[in-house]
Amino acid sequence: MSISTATTGSGSTAGTEAGAPPLRTRPRDALARHRTALVAGAALLALLLGTLLLGGGTWPARLAVDLSGPLGHASDWIIDNRDSHPLFLYFFGHISNAVVLSVRAVYLVLLAAGWAGVTTAAGLVAWRVAGIRPALTAVAAFAVCGLLGMWVPTMQTLALMAVAVTASVLLGALLGLAAGLSDRVHRALRPVLDTMQVLPAFAYLLPVVLVFGIGVPAAVLATVVYAAPPMARLTALGLRGADAGVMEAAASLGATGRQRLLTARLPLARKELLLGVNQSIMMALSMAVIASVIGAGGLGDRVYQALASVDVGAALAAGVPVVLLAVVLDRVTAAAGERIGAGPSRRTGRGWAVAAAGTVAVAVVGRYTGRLSWPDAWTVDIAASVNRVVDWMTAHLYSGVPVVGGTADWAARFTTWILDPVRDGLQWLPWWTVLLLVAVLAQLIGTWRTALTAVLAMAAIGVLGKWEPALDTLSQVLAAVAVTLLAGVATGVAAARSPRLERLLRPVLDVFQTMPQFVYLIPVVALFGVGRAPAVAAAVVYALPAVVRITTQGMRAVDPVVMESSRSLGATGWQQLRQVQLPLARPALLLAVNQGVVLVLAVVIIGGLVGGGALGYDVVFGLAQGDLATGLVAGAAIVCLGLMLDRVTQPAGKETRDA
Amino acid sequence: MRSRTIAAAAAFGLLALTGCGAADMTKQSSPYADAHGAKTVTLSVQSWVGAQANAAVAQYLLNHELGYRVDTVQIDEVPAWDALSQGRVDAILEDWGHPEQEQRYVADKKTIAPGGELGVTGHIGWFVPKYFADTNPDVTDWKNLDKYADRLRTAESGGKGQLLDGSPSYVTNDKALVKNLGLDYQVVFSGSEAAQITQIKQFAKEKKPFLTYWYKPQWLFEQVPMTEVKLPAYEEGCDADPEKVACAYPHTPLRKFLNARFADAGGPAAEFLKNFHWTTGDQNEVALMIADQKLSPEQAAERWAKKNESTWRAWLPK
Repeated sequence: MSISTATTGSGSTAGTEAGAPPLRTRPRDALARHRTALVAGAALLALLLGTLLLGGGTWPARLAVDLSGPLGHASDWIIDNRDSHPLFLYFFGHISNAVVLSVRAVYLVLLAAGWAGVTTAAGLVAWRVAGIRPALTAVAAFAVCGLLGMWVPTMQTLALMAVAVTASVLLGALLGLAAGLSDRVHRALRPVLDTMQVLPAFAYLLPVVLVFGIGVPAAVLATVVYAAPPMARLTALGLRGADAGVMEAAASLGATGRQRLLTARLPLARKELLLGVNQSIMMALSMAVIASVIGAGGLGDRVYQALASVDVGAALAAGVPVVLLAVVLDRVTAAAGERIGAGPSRRTGRGWAVAAAGTVAVAVVGRYTGRLSWPDAWTVDIAASVNRVVDWMTAHLYSGVPVVGGTADWAARFTTWILDPVRDGLQWLPWWTVLLLVAVLAQLIGTWRTALTAVLAMAAIGVLGKWEPALDTLSQVLAAVAVTLLAGVATGVAAARSPRLERLLRPVLDVFQTMPQFVYLIPVVALFGVGRAPAVAAAVVYALPAVVRITTQGMRAVDPVVMESSRSLGATGWQQLRQVQLPLARPALLLAVNQGVVLVLAVVIIGGLVGGGALGYDVVFGLAQGDLATGLVAGAAIVCLGLMLDRVTQPAGKETRDA
Repeated sequence: MRSRTIAAAAAFGLLALTGCGAADMTKQSSPYADAHGAKTVTLSVQSWVGAQANAAVAQYLLNHELGYRVDTVQIDEVPAWDALSQGRVDAILEDWGHPEQEQRYVADKKTIAPGGELGVTGHIGWFVPKYFADTNPDVTDWKNLDKYADRLRTAESGGKGQLLDGSPSYVTNDKALVKNLGLDYQVVFSGSEAAQITQIKQFAKEKKPFLTYWYKPQWLFEQVPMTEVKLPAYEEGCDADPEKVACAYPHTPLRKFLNARFADAGGPAAEFLKNFHWTTGDQNEVALMIADQKLSPEQAAERWAKKNESTWRAWLPK
């Protein structure tokens, strides 16, 4: 339960933990072979029919719908009526107001506590719920935030996060409760939650901005929409997984439905609930920076402003606190989760009283010594030295490196020899063969149901009139996923074999997984030039950690007895890897592909900021110009693309594991 | 049955809590404003450094001379108009001309008030680096651009020459221009100004030729001297139809805009921002300190303010 499971979204937690080797029985193999033949036959037939009836070419214009008219009107209507229509005055207005008031309240409390008070409180709370080591980490992390001169932005982000996470957890828990108790709700909610987990954060922003305007309310709401689904999902999972025996016993003791829920089901689901909180926090933090594009303020805004003046050092100075917050919150909630069930609860009232008293004492001392804001003299400027390093790197690696050529040459070759052919190939394919391809792939990896969703999603892109740019984006995703998998699986295998390497990698992976993508967009451009190549590079950086982790876990989970027996049969290390470990770790590898695809898509979209073009550029354009028609349609197309990619790569067994 | 009662009570409670009155969210300010009970002004900062320079100096003077606390928010141009009309920000200090928004917010809704000119004139155009124009002087006329198309090819532009474009938030007619002038070029959108600057600097380091959409005043000219390519001359109205544009970009006097309520009731701060008026040279000086010497905006503003007291004294309300 570390960051790996947290930021990776759909199903990774349940999936990786259930990475036991599948039973390999003959009838199932036979069925699978049979199915492959069936699918191939059907595909061939469709191919013939399609060639005869539909011909070639891109998505036909008569099957597309132009939404720019109605969306333009909707946008105008909202802007004209935002300050007068009852819907805004009596509904959205109150939501917005509540958000502003609560963020403000938290922010004022944090400021009133001063830096000493907040740091002490963080340390003491971490000590009470998680133990002494997380407590020390927490204190150190807050001190570093201050040292970097980021105290006030950190507090702003913390205030926003506190409100957004509380709302996400409450909303998620409510939805999860409903889904956990009622089968019908569960069935209705699951596809929605599944879909929301594959959506790139960037696609959420525009509609929220339009209704709420730029600012904190829009940022908080976008964050809640992004962070609530994992909580809902895990709550439902916990409630539905309650031991039938315990429930039976509770019922036979005459407990009412509500009593059973409160005294048996919910306590039994504590672990999942805490994991849900953990994941909500991680998702919210990753959104906190992206939401700076719509005025979230705080650390994200600092990163975003540094990006504008091409100042990697300043961006890093604001990015490090985000990473630290993520690490601390992750460790504390994870440790709290592990403590549950480990013997009787040690959380006595006295300990909390001590913690509260300590915090108040420190805060009061801080107040009377006039040391509320972090002293300016105690800050370290890392920006200049970071920039020197980055400048050196980009100056020496960009071009003219002997033998291998500079990064710019690689990027140009990658674009010309990989990205261009894949894109042109996809766009050259007749539109219906793309659908067919999607169907066949999804059918082979998943079930007919995932295949149907994937095909419908892909067709929806055509109907939205985004066929060509979507295929462009798809080509970038495919290229990035290929690179990620090559590098990630190799690293993962190596890490699984060497615990020391894994220990070394862990902090690196943590950092890359939580570092806001905006921080490394500029170095990536300096190395690879403007275009699709830097977008792909940024996507690889972001998706690599998850793939490495899932692969490592999957390889580790291979039964040691099997490994031992293969070794005693004289298999070499390479043979063992190829013939035992990799086949047995197949479910984990498939999961790695699935996660890799979803994560890569999220960043390829952000790549619109560095010349990635296609759908990402349309979303950026929509946000920048307040152009709902362009942005929303592109956002919807991204959603469909994400849905399609997730379904195509979703292994058949996953549904049963997750449910 | 009981759960229904609870739900009803919860709904009622929520209603009671929020009050039954209207909540106009266009009148809600930032939760971070006025944190220490100070008078606060919120400025919109667009993503380019010139705009950061305006905001930094205004922030420094408002803070040190008039005792305001100043928040800055980075927003793109069009959304900034929207935020300004809602009062989420109090002022935009540098606007490059948005007739559609001006009509909607200033003339029709009257939620935004004009704040006078900034004193800087902006101009958009196509530029090639000086080192390239020096050796190939005829490249500065658009009619000769096709001759150089193959030298300006990149992996992204396919078989054509590359015209590097900037952030999607900027005003651009480049796609139409390339089409209507029949040029053998491909517009490559870099997606953000940061990416565009980084790319230009990398080109310049290698003395490679390039053609880019760029604008004045801009601090990058000090680092990478560039020469403008002559496009067909601008005439009033020649850019009226975005599809048919075939002329250069105009010279735009940059203007300031204030939230209408702030303009009326903003006291000395509003007065100060209306008076704020400086030259292209001043702005570049501050921008260069921020972007090139990597000074924090505040330090840069302080340095400028120390040197130019006579300039800013005139902006303070009497």
